[in-house]
Amino acid sequence: MTYIVKPINSHPNLERNHLGLTRRDYEGTISTLCAGCGHDSVSAAIIEACYDLSLSSDQIAKLSGIGCSSKSPSYFLNQAHGFNSVHGRMPSVATGANLGNQDLMYLGVSGDGDTAAIGIGQFMHAARRQLNITYILENNGTYGLTKGQFSATNDQGSKSKYGEENLLAPIDLPAMAIQLGAGFVARSFSGDKDQLVPLLKAAMKFKGFALIDIISPCVTFNNHTGSTKSYDHIREHNKSVSSLDFVPIGQEIKADYAEGKKMDVPLHDGAKITLEKLTSEYNPLDKGEAIQRLNEAEKTGTVLTGLLYINPEVKDHAEILNISDTPLNKISDENLCPGADKLKNINSSLS
Amino acid sequence: MSKISSVNEFVIKFANVNGSGSASANQMFAKGIFRSGIPVSPKNIFPSNIQGLPTWFEIRASEKGYLGRKAGIDFMVAMNPQSYAQDVAEINPGGYLLYDSSWKREFHRDDINIVEVPLTSLCVDEFSNPKTRLLFKNLVYVGALAYLMNIDKEVFVNLINEQFTGKEKLIAPNVKALEMGFNYAESNLSDVCDIKVKVSNLTDGMILTNGNNAGGLGCVYGGATVCAWYPITPSTSLAESYKKYCDQFRIDEVTGKNNFAFVQAEDELASIGMAIGANWNGARAFTATSGPGISLMTEFIGLAYFAEIPVVIFNIQRGGPSTGMPTRTQQSDILSCAYASHGDTKHVMLIPSDPKECFEFAADAFDVSDRLQTPVFVLSDLDIGMNDWTCPEFEWDDKREFDRGKVLSKDELDSMDSWGRYLDVDGDGIPYRTLPGTHPEKGAYFTRGSSHDEYAKYIEDGEANARNLTRIQKKFNGATKFLPKPVLKQETNASSIGLIYFGSTEAAMQESLDQLSASGHPIDAMRIRAFPFDLEIWNFINEHESIFLVEQNRDAQMKTLLIAEGKINPRKILSVLCFDGAPITAKFITDSIIDTLASDQLLLTAEDLK
Repeated sequence: MTYIVKPINSHPNLERNHLGLTRRDYEGTISTLCAGCGHDSVSAAIIEACYDLSLSSDQIAKLSGIGCSSKSPSYFLNQAHGFNSVHGRMPSVATGANLGNQDLMYLGVSGDGDTAAIGIGQFMHAARRQLNITYILENNGTYGLTKGQFSATNDQGSKSKYGEENLLAPIDLPAMAIQLGAGFVARSFSGDKDQLVPLLKAAMKFKGFALIDIISPCVTFNNHTGSTKSYDHIREHNKSVSSLDFVPIGQEIKADYAEGKKMDVPLHDGAKITLEKLTSEYNPLDKGEAIQRLNEAEKTGTVLTGLLYINPEVKDHAEILNISDTPLNKISDENLCPGADKLKNINSSLS
Repeated sequence: MSKISSVNEFVIKFANVNGSGSASANQMFAKGIFRSGIPVSPKNIFPSNIQGLPTWFEIRASEKGYLGRKAGIDFMVAMNPQSYAQDVAEINPGGYLLYDSSWKREFHRDDINIVEVPLTSLCVDEFSNPKTRLLFKNLVYVGALAYLMNIDKEVFVNLINEQFTGKEKLIAPNVKALEMGFNYAESNLSDVCDIKVKVSNLTDGMILTNGNNAGGLGCVYGGATVCAWYPITPSTSLAESYKKYCDQFRIDEVTGKNNFAFVQAEDELASIGMAIGANWNGARAFTATSGPGISLMTEFIGLAYFAEIPVVIFNIQRGGPSTGMPTRTQQSDILSCAYASHGDTKHVMLIPSDPKECFEFAADAFDVSDRLQTPVFVLSDLDIGMNDWTCPEFEWDDKREFDRGKVLSKDELDSMDSWGRYLDVDGDGIPYRTLPGTHPEKGAYFTRGSSHDEYAKYIEDGEANARNLTRIQKKFNGATKFLPKPVLKQETNASSIGLIYFGSTEAAMQESLDQLSASGHPIDAMRIRAFPFDLEIWNFINEHESIFLVEQNRDAQMKTLLIAEGKINPRKILSVLCFDGAPITAKFITDSIIDTLASDQLLLTAEDLK
């Protein structure tokens, strides 16, 4: 807990987006995470993505569970409503919130403890339901707030700060999400802003369950030699399958990709993702291939990053349930209550 | 041989095999008596099983309106050889036993009247399909009973027509089966049965329905747009009722889209999480569950309590603890709901006593929850929830408006200099809330279950946290003005002894009070309908020397709650406790009270009465 109030003055000549807002307008309170925490880089990337997309913060809801990652929504988008729920249960709260008002954009922030252990059931079912959410998984392989226990994404053989070896195999959340039908699955690294920001922008514009598993090293408990989630280890073992640009509706494609390696994926609202496939055979539209490549990477200790899988055809949860286009929290009272006359008919049907 | 002779006052019981299609025929028989103008209380006593185990269906008909369960059977329809011994033993002397005499049997009771109907033989002669034969046996005994009890056959013909609207080709064979039974009885069983149904008008203005059907409907009328639930007996049919009525009333005629969401969650934790998330966004949402589900939901309930998010939770109580008796009734979740979750938590409970109140309290619960920004329990039970009750028609006032409580609009936010999510502006402990997406610059805050100050900021300042807890307590203590008042059975007190009861015990209460009066013990009675307790309840306790408190649980949970919440002498409260899973009977209540009155338990010392 910090008692330092963040100063609000900013330079008058700061760059502004289409809404006339500066990056400062997308910030949150001062982070209370450890200096150098990967999660703070993720917060910065979220700020950058929202600024770039000229999003109105008040139309965003940021939800989280419990843990270091789940504290981080305080550190971005001050004008967005936030909901720090209970451990591992953010997906259900986000599902309900989305049912209540599907017009808002939902950012779910969770960690590997919150998602891969206590909350794995809710995570799986939210993916299966195709909840329209950008699910930001800040994955550091450890329980930070309770001081360094292994999490379920920690690699087998990885060593804790205290020298203890992790004996169990890790859960690969992107592979699991792909299996469960999530429409957008990516992996990135908190230290790779160039890759992460476009991925976040694409995920935010994707209508459906968009998971970004972000390896986000814990500087205090999981950044030592022997850890497979340290900055050094990830930098050495990171292998990107694709590099992408998110292209909003009506804008020129900025990236200059070589023909044959370029791939355009249209999104629901007409925007598109332009993807450069770094390995020519990789096809992110192929579910089977994505899973196979993830399995292979795991064997060789490689961390595959980039857009791993996308299915632009999915219907999101609200659409599957055929929910009215008017958000349920804005349906007029007359359309909610059938009234006394209809009740008379019900009474006669029961007599 | 003596014969029970009675008009419009009797108990008939059907002993069947689960999964044999008997329930709908038995329900039809109950409805036939209701349509003849006689109040009925059918009770389905079923196993936690889909096919094969014994199941029973009891119908009490009473023109006096005594609709509690009554032990001792006047007429038994024994369709299950597996349970013959038990079923035959239950019949009152002079009572009747109807059985399938396709296979003749001896029942070794010379004080009952055996009524033989060769149900299987009749069906085998008439129908070729084995499954049809089995199903139609049930209609054949309904037809025979119609003749035996002098119920107009046309009543059942109409019910068959209503039941098979849309499947018209099933009407003729069903009517045929009914008539086979009726005709067989007319030819072979005249003057056999002296229990008769005489047409009356006592059910005018009444309906026959169950509390879960009513509760689901009440949610539609109360403006609920999200139902997130997980299947659990005996609450499932409440969620299904909500869906059924939404399909009727909540599909937009132009777009064909749903003005509701119905989500079967992966478990109870997710269902309450979804209901909380939707309410956080200002969409009225609820979940329906039973005891085990409440146990699973308690962490989330604490979050909603502390973060002050409305949410409506239906608990259709069943026999506990643990998995307990899923298909039997109890009132044993009083404490687990009143104080659900860790830390200092207390919750509003509405306690309906019949389907009409299930409808009303369901609709009310959303207003109360929005007004108080807190979880509200509707505490029903299996007996009300799954059994059909004769109760007054549902009523709705079209002038009624939803009370959405203190929710700030964009204009209101614009006119405010400052706002604190948990600031007690009005002195009633109820703060103002904002919904996401209301205003571009104002009103955003962080909802959290961790300690927070008046401005929703995370704090570890113990004083600020204590201040917040005290304000929430103030809000809770002021809740009674939004809750249903207790109901008195008499206008003025006439006895030094009082009786307090609640929920489904209502069905047995008038009969018991009449029995007590008749035996020289007039007693004043009050029914609790909500928690926190109304001042009238404390006054009632103070105005009487002793209080009998009738509960359908082992541990006197309502007594514990009263003692915990009020300054009353525990020794003044005498418990009448029924927890065998069957709905409480008037006889049980009456006998327990008379026994206690005859003993010296009532003699309080001067010290006790201080």
